[in-house]
Amino acid sequence: MIQVEGLTKDYGLRRAIDGISFHASKGEILGFLGPNGAGKTTTMRILTGYMPPTSGKASVAGYDVIERSLEVRRRVGYLPETVPLYPDMTVFEYLKFMADLRHLSQVEDKVDDVLELVHMEDRADGYIANLSKGMRQRVGLAQALLHQPEVLILDEPTIGLDPAQIHEVRDLIQDLGRERTILLSTHILSEAQQVCNRVLIINKGKIVAEDSPENLRSRIAGSQRFRLAVLGETEGLEKIIRDVPGIKTVAANDRSVFEFETTPGQDVRPLVSRAVVSAGYDLVELYPIGLSLEEIFLQLTRDEPRAPEMAEVDDLLNTALDEQLDQPEEDASELKG
Amino acid sequence: MRNIWTIAAREFKLYFSSPAAYLVATMLLVVMGIIFYTNVVGSILNQFPPNTQVVLGPLVTLLLFATPAITMRLLAEEQRQGTLELLLTAPVRDYELIVGKWLGGFLFMLSILALTWLYPIFLNQIVDPGIDQGILVSGYLGVILFMGSLVAIGVAVSSLFSNQIAVFFTTLGVFLVLWLISLPTQAMGATGGELLRYLDFSEHFYSTFYQGVIDLSDIIYFLSLTALALFLGTMSLESRRWR
Ligand SMILES: Nc1ncnc2c1ncn2[C@@H]1O[C@H](COP(=O)(O)OP(=O)(O)O)[C@@H](O)[C@H]1O
Ligand SMILES: [Mg+2]
Repeated sequence: MIQVEGLTKDYGLRRAIDGISFHASKGEILGFLGPNGAGKTTTMRILTGYMPPTSGKASVAGYDVIERSLEVRRRVGYLPETVPLYPDMTVFEYLKFMADLRHLSQVEDKVDDVLELVHMEDRADGYIANLSKGMRQRVGLAQALLHQPEVLILDEPTIGLDPAQIHEVRDLIQDLGRERTILLSTHILSEAQQVCNRVLIINKGKIVAEDSPENLRSRIAGSQRFRLAVLGETEGLEKIIRDVPGIKTVAANDRSVFEFETTPGQDVRPLVSRAVVSAGYDLVELYPIGLSLEEIFLQLTRDEPRAPEMAEVDDLLNTALDEQLDQPEEDASELKG
Repeated sequence: MRNIWTIAAREFKLYFSSPAAYLVATMLLVVMGIIFYTNVVGSILNQFPPNTQVVLGPLVTLLLFATPAITMRLLAEEQRQGTLELLLTAPVRDYELIVGKWLGGFLFMLSILALTWLYPIFLNQIVDPGIDQGILVSGYLGVILFMGSLVAIGVAVSSLFSNQIAVFFTTLGVFLVLWLISLPTQAMGATGGELLRYLDFSEHFYSTFYQGVIDLSDIIYFLSLTALALFLGTMSLESRRWR
């Protein structure tokens, strides 16, 4: 349903996406997960025929996005990141306008249907200017669903919604995903994990990982991170752990707790415990620790080797995570309504 | 065709709920009324029967200022509020969007023009054998063609910026240049000024339509200017995609 090959887009000298390839099949909800500026919006804009790529190929619903742009646009429902609404129209007028542009028949029935789907039936005659952020988001979603598109492309669809609405929209997306192809972008890990069948992690214009949410977690968590604790003196211990073959990184968590990462495929715990004990330390704990999705994300989107500018990405990630925490407060007023 | 009409109808309806559009229409009619009154009184004092030109002259000049105020929002506002992304990802061709915007603005300007009929009707009552119907018809035909070109240029300029004020002044600037471009040729003499004179709006209005003459070449001039502006507007919209 969506086929992308070597897609690249330059804005002037700035490369926004760099040789992206992926595909999505029918009935699949594909998550596009990445920090701000990763290139999610740029990719979606190319897939929806808003702008052509600098190079590479993409087809949606069987049509090439450059050669057969109109055919693609007929078959795609798109919710852009900044929800495109006319504040001086009523919800009904707006949806009717979009339905007319799509040459739909029985427009009023279809408008009623999508309004019901997003639970906005009672606001059909209200002006868009007077709607709350959450309601606007839902009107934008309604617009994308009007023509029952085979492919839905949703750019951060739950931004600015309150928790109840987020839940609702995620349920709705999962429902819709049963018979459609959905490409959904988000910078919220738990969202990608909850809603999507498969997740692409994108950073700085490149896809850094692609997997099911579960596999993604186990691929790293099942790998090889351990915590080790000793009693008493720890002087020189870090070096001893580091010298064990197969150890990738070691970090002292606090004075007597160390975390280390190993290369996949071999269990180094016996080697480590023997080394620690034979050096005379009192080993009291050695156990594997799973990575949270946040850590996976951080790890996958982290440049290798760690460069100074990575602080920037970390900041972005932190704001992304902060936003995630902030979200419950947003639009809190709507809960009462 | 259907998309053009859908887009035009939305624009047209929106003007009727826009205070700014009412303000522009009112200003145009009031200023015209003042000039009309002055001219009529003046010609009566001079024992000279007023004709349709006392309406057409100020009307054409005022359109240069009123049109940019009406057309400035057509595409600039879409860019500012992010709805251009909606239209450019809907199954609508770029030229349909441009022509639809033009048609919406043009129809609204025609509604304003319809109101200015009051002045010739009134004039017809007070002048004795009645006013010259030939000048009335050719004059209004000229104004309609002229207005079509103005709105088309307005749409093309509106595709360039997301700031309506910038669009207003740029459009006005283009209008004034095209209005006055033949002035230097009067100093240059006959040779060399042909092209500039051909490009000039007023050359195609004052010596023909305004005098009661309908000349095919003037009709072609305004129609081609309209088509050219709509074409450039479409190009400009298309080039946005490549940025
Ligand atoms: N219209 C534009 N002009 C120039 N640079 C842009 C434009 N849009 C996006 N970019 C740049 O391209 C990169 C990717 O942006 P975007 O696709 O919006 O990322 P995301 O949606 O993942 O946050 C960013 O570095 C951004 O600054
Ligand atoms: Mg984005």
